[in-house]
Order: sequence, then structure tokens, then C-alpha cells
Amino acid sequence: MLKQTQPIALVNARLIDPESNYDGPGSLIVADGVITQVIHSAHLPSGSSDLKVIDCDGHVLAPGLIDLRVKTGEPGAEPKETLKSASLAAAAGGVTSMVVQPDTDPVIDEPAMVDFILRRARDIELVHVYPAGAATKGHNGKKMAEIGLMHDAGAVYFTDVEHPIVNSKTLQRVLSYANGFNALVAHRPKEPWLSEGAVATSGEMASRMGLSGVSALAERIALERDLALVELTGARLLVDQITTHESVSAIKRARARGLEVFASASINHLVFNEYDIGDYRTFYRLDPPLRSENDRLALTDALADGVIDVVVSNHSPAPAEDKRLPFSEATAGAIGLQTLLPALIGLHHDRNIPLIDLLRTVTSNPANLIGLAAGRLSVGAPADLVLVDIDAPFSLREKDILSKSKNSPFENRTLQGKVELTLVDGRIVYQNN
Amino acid sequence: MTTRALTDPQALRDLIESRLFAFPKRHFLASQDLDPPDILALLDLADAFVDLNRQTTKKLDILKGRTQVNLFFENSTRTMSSFELAGKRLGADTVNMNPRTSSVAKGETLIDTAVTLNAMKPDLLVVRHSASGAAELLAQKVGCSVVNAGDGQHQHPTQALLDMLSIRRAFGHVDSLTVAICGDVGHSRVARSNVILLNAMGANVRLVGPPTLIPSDADQWGVEVYHDMREGIAGVDVVMMLRLQLERMDGAFIPSAREYFRFYGLDREKLSVASPNVRVMHPGPMNRGVEIDSEIADDLSVSLIQDQVEMGVAARMAVLASLAARLEA
Repeated sequence: MLKQTQPIALVNARLIDPESNYDGPGSLIVADGVITQVIHSAHLPSGSSDLKVIDCDGHVLAPGLIDLRVKTGEPGAEPKETLKSASLAAAAGGVTSMVVQPDTDPVIDEPAMVDFILRRARDIELVHVYPAGAATKGHNGKKMAEIGLMHDAGAVYFTDVEHPIVNSKTLQRVLSYANGFNALVAHRPKEPWLSEGAVATSGEMASRMGLSGVSALAERIALERDLALVELTGARLLVDQITTHESVSAIKRARARGLEVFASASINHLVFNEYDIGDYRTFYRLDPPLRSENDRLALTDALADGVIDVVVSNHSPAPAEDKRLPFSEATAGAIGLQTLLPALIGLHHDRNIPLIDLLRTVTSNPANLIGLAAGRLSVGAPADLVLVDIDAPFSLREKDILSKSKNSPFENRTLQGKVELTLVDGRIVYQNN
Repeated sequence: MTTRALTDPQALRDLIESRLFAFPKRHFLASQDLDPPDILALLDLADAFVDLNRQTTKKLDILKGRTQVNLFFENSTRTMSSFELAGKRLGADTVNMNPRTSSVAKGETLIDTAVTLNAMKPDLLVVRHSASGAAELLAQKVGCSVVNAGDGQHQHPTQALLDMLSIRRAFGHVDSLTVAICGDVGHSRVARSNVILLNAMGANVRLVGPPTLIPSDADQWGVEVYHDMREGIAGVDVVMMLRLQLERMDGAFIPSAREYFRFYGLDREKLSVASPNVRVMHPGPMNRGVEIDSEIADDLSVSLIQDQVEMGVAARMAVLASLAARLEA
């Protein structure tokens, strides 16, 4: 990465640092790519000179977001999204680190592929890009991938993404083997047979629309097995997206038994519910499918209570040809890098969840989970920062979408919370207007 | 025990005679059949057999008239020839049987084979089988002494005994040494037998390997478990490498041979954290470049691997001779 040249002072801000639990007036000084001073006062001490001063005008200055679940089309499906286009969208959304998923073509299941992603990201010089590695070779669910070598090469966690490992013995071995390297495994709780062919959550809505549905309980069935395997192996597990109130209870019970279990939720399941698929708009065709309003409220409560550790965009680009299809034939997924932060801020406005608790799930929590120095406002931490006007309303237009694929469920919706400035390693990578 | 080899044949025969003792049990099925004094007595006797084996005339008549059957349901060239030589040097009539290719293929059960063999009145039955507990089952059905030459993933007690002999001859003692057993402990009968004997002899035992190859309850075996090899062999006196079966290298227990070698293969660099006088052992046959670098395996200043083969014959002679002494008693 290019290092910044001139030290910057960001003054007159409302600093929010979930790691140190600080939410108040402050300023930051940034030099050589790192935070060199954290001042809990809107103004600089006198005598500071040779600084490029940026007046934050009282807006929120927080650690840049860390998004643990991002898909691009690189390598293999570049027309969908490249690492470059995703990085531009990330910068515009205040996301300064993103973890790209290994289900590319070819699959990231060996150390040379991990190295490829890291080198591409270095050449692009926008945001930090970290690859997740495959848990099994080619996501085949049978043979363990080279977890140790990929971990050494820089893979930050291991996952088979949308392909749950059905064979319990394989998952048991993946969990305990990865644990030997202190490597984190993420696994999606998806019961494959119940979910087969389903495009919605079963219930009154799906029946009325004539869509094939899967019970919300299918998630819990798979989750309970995974939690039992965590108990068996003593390994750590990131439960890759929970979406139902049953899953929230299961996570709470597992933690009460002392298991090292972390849970993520996608922003889509915190904001939308099954009624959003009402006019068959395929941008709401998601996997897992959107759930009931009860489930959504349980998720937002779990977020406020700290049961959900991490919120992800689950950025899944799908070009028009994959979405301009009947609902059940359309590819599942939505983009989200650019809207993750405004949508989270929306939860603060709508559900009164303290901003600092919301930001924790996209800064210090994911950073601590995968061992990044970023995600906090402390001296020596990378100067990965976002400045956001949390009150400014805006409407996302298709022309504003920087991703190559435009499948955003937030398109033409009013959002509140505009990113003004994004810094990565002290360099400005995005500035509004 | 012997510091200087005896070269006078008669003196050596007298020494062996004086060290002969009756094995504490009728069968030798597992390491726990031996108490520490028995282990020491067997090692002293084996030491004398080492000297004998280095002479031109290696033949004794301790087992004269005895019949020893080597019943190997699982192929093993080196263990079978080691037992065969041990028996022959002690004067026994030895017969090798490989029922995998004969009557078992025709559907005969293990117990049928045992009963048939028993009718031929052998005195010593050396058994290798792919199923854990097979030696024990045979021992219950035959009238002779049974030596377990490896049963499934359970035990291989004569291997552990020869390993003790190799270690004691290299260091002069076994107690207070730190021994790291590295690799596929989970599937290894050699590891199980060695843990028991090493603990009985007062050594500190460590197990090193990926969590998929170490039993999850191994921390209750009186050992320390390490998943990081550099931590596991730091300061150790002996590194005992285990063989990794090829079929376990392809994604089921470990992702690949190259990943295994990177993290758990013994090379110069990893070995540099061990004690300066470290010795390396391997029960054979080796997978060079998977669990052990050739540079280490062939370096006679650290490798005891060739010694282990030599000690194997002597240790097995000690076991056979003392089992026969018990039959006479």
C-alpha cells in the first residue's frame, strides 16, 4: 500500500470507538498510515503544526468497517464484479477491510490462490482485502483443504461458503484440525435437504405467492449439529449468518455451556422481512431467504444484546441476466458494500440501538475475531477511518452504485447516514462530492 | 548395561545364562504386562544378545526343540524376519504363516485358525493382525505362549521394548529423558506401547501432531500434548517419528503430504530446537519427505533408525527366551 505523505489532523469530530467504549468529542492525528494521537477534545492542543487539518464538523468519526463476507467475481466471473469494482464500492461505503469468499473459479483452496488475492489487492491500492480459504478441497465437503498452508499464506478464516459440510465427520475434522493452527472456521447452518429448491421461508406469504418454501426451523436443525460438534472438538466456530429467533436462542444456550461460538447476521435480514418479496422483486431473493417480522425483530434484539457478534453485508453481485428472471429462477443474493453503514445507522434511528453497539459488530468484533490491528481508534492502529453524517438522508440511485452488478435491495429506498470521507492507511480513498 | 562387548563366546554364553529369567506372564500381549523390574531384566538380557548377534557364531540352543509359529495376518517383512531370526538364533524351529493368502481367504475365522494351529502343538505363537484385540483373542484359545507382534491400532509391545533398548544404549538410561512421539498417534500401536513403557521407565513423554491424528483423550495418558511441532520438540532428548499411512494424507485426516511435511515433517530446521544431543527414531518403513527428511534419517550422528532394526532382533530374542524359560518352570 502507498503510505500517506503529509500528517493529517481530523478535528472537531464525534469519535466513536467501540473497543475503548468512547463516544464523545475528539480529534485524531494520523501519520505514516497509523493513528498517532487520540485526543478527547474537539480541538487540537496549541502548537501543532505542519498538519493537513480536516474539520469533521461534529460528524461521527469511527474505525473503518470490516466486512467479513464479501463476494466478487474475481477470479472466474469478472463481468459480475472485480476486486477493483468491489474495492471502489467498499471505499464509498466506509468499508476499509473486506474478507472475500473462497467460492470463486477456481476455488481458493490452496496457498497460491490466497497469495493471488493478496497480490491483486496490493496492486489495486484501495481498501484492505483478505481472503477466506476453503474448508474442503473445491468445496466438495469431503477432503480437507490445505488449511495450515493457507493460514500461513494469509487466509483469515476457513469456510465452504454456501456449501454446508454435510458429513459430520468431515466437519469435525475440519474444526479440530483448524483449531490446531488457531485458525477460525465459519460454517453456514443450512440443512441441505429441507432447503432444496426453496426460494422463500415457508409460511402464509410464500404459500400465497406460490413459492416453494423452507421452514425457518431448518436453520436451527443444522445449527444444533454444528454446535454439538463445537462441543465435541473444543474448537472455535463462526456461525455464518443466523436469521431466526430459534437460532438466537440456540446460540445463547451454546454460550451458556461455555462454547466458543460467534454468530454473524447479514444486514439484509436485520432490515427486510418476507413481505419485501411481495412483488416478486428478485433483488430480495436471498439465501437464506428473508424471514418473518418476528424473526427480524428477534435478530435486532440479539444485535442490541450482543448475541450477534458480527454484521456482514453478504455482498453478492449478480448481473441483470441473473436477476431479470422469474423469482424462483433468479440467482440469490444482493450487493451491500455501499449500503452496510447507512443501513446499520438506520437501525439506530428506527430501533434506538446505540450507535456504538452497532458499530462494534463491524469494527472491533470482526477485527478481534480474525486478528486484525484495525477496527479501533487507538495509537498505533492503522488509520482506517470513516467519517459519516448520521443524519443526512439520501436515496440510492442505480447510477450511484459502484459495483459492476446493480442488484441492491436498497435501490430507491431512503437511507439515513452519508459517508463523507474514507481513509485507508491514512490515505483518502473516498470523499463525498 | 554392558559397556564393553564380551568377545569370549563361553563368557558371553555364561552371561546370557546368568541373565535368563522367567517372563512374568504366559503371554506378551501389551506393554502393561511388564513392571519396571521386568523391563530392566529384559533389557539386560537383550544387551547380552546384542553382543551375541555381533559374533560370527550367533546360534544358541535355549529354544532347542521348541516350535515357534509366526502367524502374520498382515504383511510385514521386517517384523516377521526379525522374529524369525530371533527364534532361529535361539535354536527354535520356526514356521512362517501368512493366512491372509491361505485359509482366511477361504473363510476360516480367526478362532478356527487358532484351534487348527493349536493342534499342531507350537510352543510360541507370534501374531500380527489388523484388528485390535486379535492377539488377546488368540491367547485365550491356544495352549502356548502368544507374543503380540502388532494388533490393529492397539499395541506392538516388542517394538516398544526394542525402542527402550535403543534409547538406553544411546543415553545409558531412559529415566528423566524427554521423548516426543510425533505424527499419527491416533492410529499407532507403536505409540500406545511406547507411551506405557516410557512412563514405566520414568521418561517424560510428549505427543506431537495435528488434532485430527491425536486422540482427544490423550492428555489422560500421562503425557503432554502439542499441536505445534516446534513447541513439542523444544529441548527433547529423543524424537520418535511415526509412519503416516498414505491413505490418511489425502484430505481425511490431513489435507496433503506437502502440508504435513511443512508442519509436522522432521527436518534440520525443526530439529534445531531439540536438545543438542537429540536422537531420532522411526519404527519404519519411512515415508521420506513426508514425515522425515532424508537428511535426518541418514545422519548417523542423530539417527537411531538402523540401531532400532538391530535392537529388534536382540529384544525379541530376550522376549522369546524368557517366555520359554517360563514354559519350563
